[in-house]
Amino acid sequence: MKQTILLDKAGIQRSLHRLALEIDERLQGCGGLALIGIHRRGVPLAKRIAGRLKEVEGALVPVGSLDINLYRDDFSTVGTAPELRGTHVPFDIEGRTIVLVDDVLFTGRTIRSALDALVDLGRPARVQLAVLVDRGHRELPIQADYTGLSVETHREDNVELHVKEIDGEESLILQKRT
Amino acid sequence: MSFHHRHLLGIEGLSASDISLILDTAEKMREVSERPLKKVPALRGKLVINLFFEPSTRTRSSFEIAEKRLSADTMNFSTSTSSVKKGETFLDTVLTLERMRPDCYVMRHGSPGAFHIMFPHTTARLVNAGDGAHEHPTQALLDALTIRENKGGFDGLNVLIVGDIAHPRVVRSNIHLLRTMGANVTVCGPATLMPPHVERLGVEVVTNFEEALRDKDVVMMLRIQLERQRSGLFPSLLEYYKTYGLTRRRLALAREDAIVMHPGPMNRGVEIASDVADGPRSVILDQVENGVAIRMAVLYLLLSGGEDEAAD
Amino acid sequence: MKRLIKNGRVVDPSQGFDNTLDILIKDGRISNVDKKISSKGLEVFDATGLVVAPGFIDLHVHLREPGFEHKETIASGLDAALAGGFTGVCCMPNTEPVNDTASTTRYILDRAKASGTVAVYPIAAISKGSQGKELAPYAELREEGVRAVSDDGMPVTNAAFMRRVLEYAGSLGLLVIDHAEDPWLTGDGSMHEGSVSVRLGLKGIPAASEVIPILRDIELARLTGQRIHIAHVSTRGAVEAIRTAKEQGVQVSAEATPHHFSLTDEAVVSFDTRTKMSPPLRSQEDVDAVIEGLADGTLDCIASDHAPHAYEEKMVEFDQAPNGIIGLQTSVPLALDQLVRTKKVSLDRMVDAFSCAPARLLGLSDKGTLVPGADADLTIFSTRKQTCLREEDIRSLSRNSPYLGMKLRGAVAATVIGGTIHPAS
Repeated sequence: MKQTILLDKAGIQRSLHRLALEIDERLQGCGGLALIGIHRRGVPLAKRIAGRLKEVEGALVPVGSLDINLYRDDFSTVGTAPELRGTHVPFDIEGRTIVLVDDVLFTGRTIRSALDALVDLGRPARVQLAVLVDRGHRELPIQADYTGLSVETHREDNVELHVKEIDGEESLILQKRT
Repeated sequence: MSFHHRHLLGIEGLSASDISLILDTAEKMREVSERPLKKVPALRGKLVINLFFEPSTRTRSSFEIAEKRLSADTMNFSTSTSSVKKGETFLDTVLTLERMRPDCYVMRHGSPGAFHIMFPHTTARLVNAGDGAHEHPTQALLDALTIRENKGGFDGLNVLIVGDIAHPRVVRSNIHLLRTMGANVTVCGPATLMPPHVERLGVEVVTNFEEALRDKDVVMMLRIQLERQRSGLFPSLLEYYKTYGLTRRRLALAREDAIVMHPGPMNRGVEIASDVADGPRSVILDQVENGVAIRMAVLYLLLSGGEDEAAD
Repeated sequence: MKRLIKNGRVVDPSQGFDNTLDILIKDGRISNVDKKISSKGLEVFDATGLVVAPGFIDLHVHLREPGFEHKETIASGLDAALAGGFTGVCCMPNTEPVNDTASTTRYILDRAKASGTVAVYPIAAISKGSQGKELAPYAELREEGVRAVSDDGMPVTNAAFMRRVLEYAGSLGLLVIDHAEDPWLTGDGSMHEGSVSVRLGLKGIPAASEVIPILRDIELARLTGQRIHIAHVSTRGAVEAIRTAKEQGVQVSAEATPHHFSLTDEAVVSFDTRTKMSPPLRSQEDVDAVIEGLADGTLDCIASDHAPHAYEEKMVEFDQAPNGIIGLQTSVPLALDQLVRTKKVSLDRMVDAFSCAPARLLGLSDKGTLVPGADADLTIFSTRKQTCLREEDIRSLSRNSPYLGMKLRGAVAATVIGGTIHPAS
């Protein structure tokens, strides 16, 4: 296993800052916007982006969290039932612009599940996707609207985000199989 | 953290972390019931057969709702509508149902351990919805969730279970669960309704109700079945109420913030006074609500994993 | 026809010896028992390393025929008995019809003779139809060869009636065997009332349900001066009561089954119906008392209570299942493994419990002994060879045994009946 740090703490901070600015620009302000982080690590990222938007625009963008474990399509390979984290969307998504936030975009299946989950919660006006890193190897026609970093990987490689809220430190790591 | 049991046959055999996992999962499931669209596809395409050899509207509907909220296909098989009345044996019933390739049986039966007959004949998961006087694990779990919500935890909690300790299956499940989670359990009731050797389950036995109530954080009232009075186990319902009925005056003997529970359905004026049942310390309706969440959690943990991973 | 059983460890409690000896059999009887008998011109069975004992008799077997041939027939039951080392069995009368007449007894004896070799001593009913109301025709039954009466499975609950039974049957020399149980205390219990029953939520049968009727039987035996034999003793209270009564000179005898000295109520935790029997499996304390009772002779005999049931009959809910397990092929290995190997019961006492005591109780003077002139019925076994009963080894028509696959130290090597040697396969 060869390990490379793709982004260190400062790099992550800068990427998130840029994502927030891009979202603000593309959506022309934060009217009707809500961020929903996908468990597990998409959630702290969504909160930080919302924090940036508040600094930049003075806007209070609502943040929710989505647990896609009840919508997965890969149970037979997963083993015992995955631990639930809980979905908490304390606002009406009807007619809103929802930006889903996740750490790593890979096959696209997590996002597909997230879209199913979102649709069960209501009917947003539109849904966009923001990810910290896109590592390729899509199995479904899914793309991110806002990407922090694109990186070429092999299928067997592992890309992992560590955040201080969960892992105690901050880094984006690529583990290559040797 | 994952659930490594193949079936949920009872609380005996579950560890404290197993129980916590079920309770935590149930809490997450509650949210599904609060949405406008109360469904998630987690168990889509799974067939759950509700095999009820004893009638039970409450438990069965609770399971049915739980199954449907997880998008499972359900089938109800109960003795009143089936060939068991025509004399088909339990074994034959199971063999016939197996042809439908169910993924799970939720079974209620009048005989303790009846599900053991099924083991060699099915690869489906089994959820015990009550087997004779033996266990009723989902009831004990929903009671536990209710207690946890109101009291924060179980360690050192003083729980009193009152009434017919001998017959209801939920008693054993409750005792195992509370003890595993570190609570102190006292049982209280008429001597004729107290099973011999019950203290071997690790509980304190007190016959005087007033004495038993002292220092209790949770008071669990059990339903007295009217057949017990008819079979001569105690002289009259009025006498029962006089000695073991939970009135406001008696409740005051417990801790100030004690909660009152009852698995339902209640016999008002027999085991519990109406003003207590409907009063501020009663969490009886919460228990019912938690039933669906617990059952969703159990079905999710048993059925949404892969095939070969679970032990047992 | 002369045969020689050579060089075995011959244990005969009736004569008080335990020695390496040869046994000469002539024309179906014991001719001589001595050291180094010449084997010239004789058929020899080499019993080196084996124990040779008077033929074992199982006092309590359900052969199910007539009426329940789907569970067992006399032929299959005797086949199992032979494989289990038994030269004789007593069959209980709870057949269909109940064996309360000479003609049913004759039928059983005819079927037994037709099937072969193991001797059958039918036990007739105490009362007509085992209803506990009217005496069965004892004199007529005795003429047909009956030596004992019992309403096994149906306790005789009326003490006045039991008194009459003891007096009348006793005067005819018939042994009265009581299935001692109080049906009201038993209620619809399906296992021993104790710490396990409270965990499993199964209704329990208290020890008192057995002890109280035994105390009553002892008093009636004392009152009438007649003999009484208690079937399948399972509790400490019963063993103590019988011990005291014997010390006081009351003519009470008793038996215990191998399952009551080898399994406790903990076995029921599996809800496997092969752990359901009557009386039920009891606590460790009770099992210890039964073993002590066998060791000191308070419990005279070991009797299997071989109770075959068809597969579908046992494959039901625990509290609905019929009571009983088969036992003819596991009795001797269990006794050797659980009692003798552990040194809790001497080999001599074990042999007595299987042969001399039953023969004595039944009044069979030519059985249960190796005195020259006695019938050449022998049970030859190894205390070292392992028995592991597999389904394909079962000779009974039913398979309800909780001992399948269990490795037991002790095995039957051969059963000799009337001088004919049947080696274990």
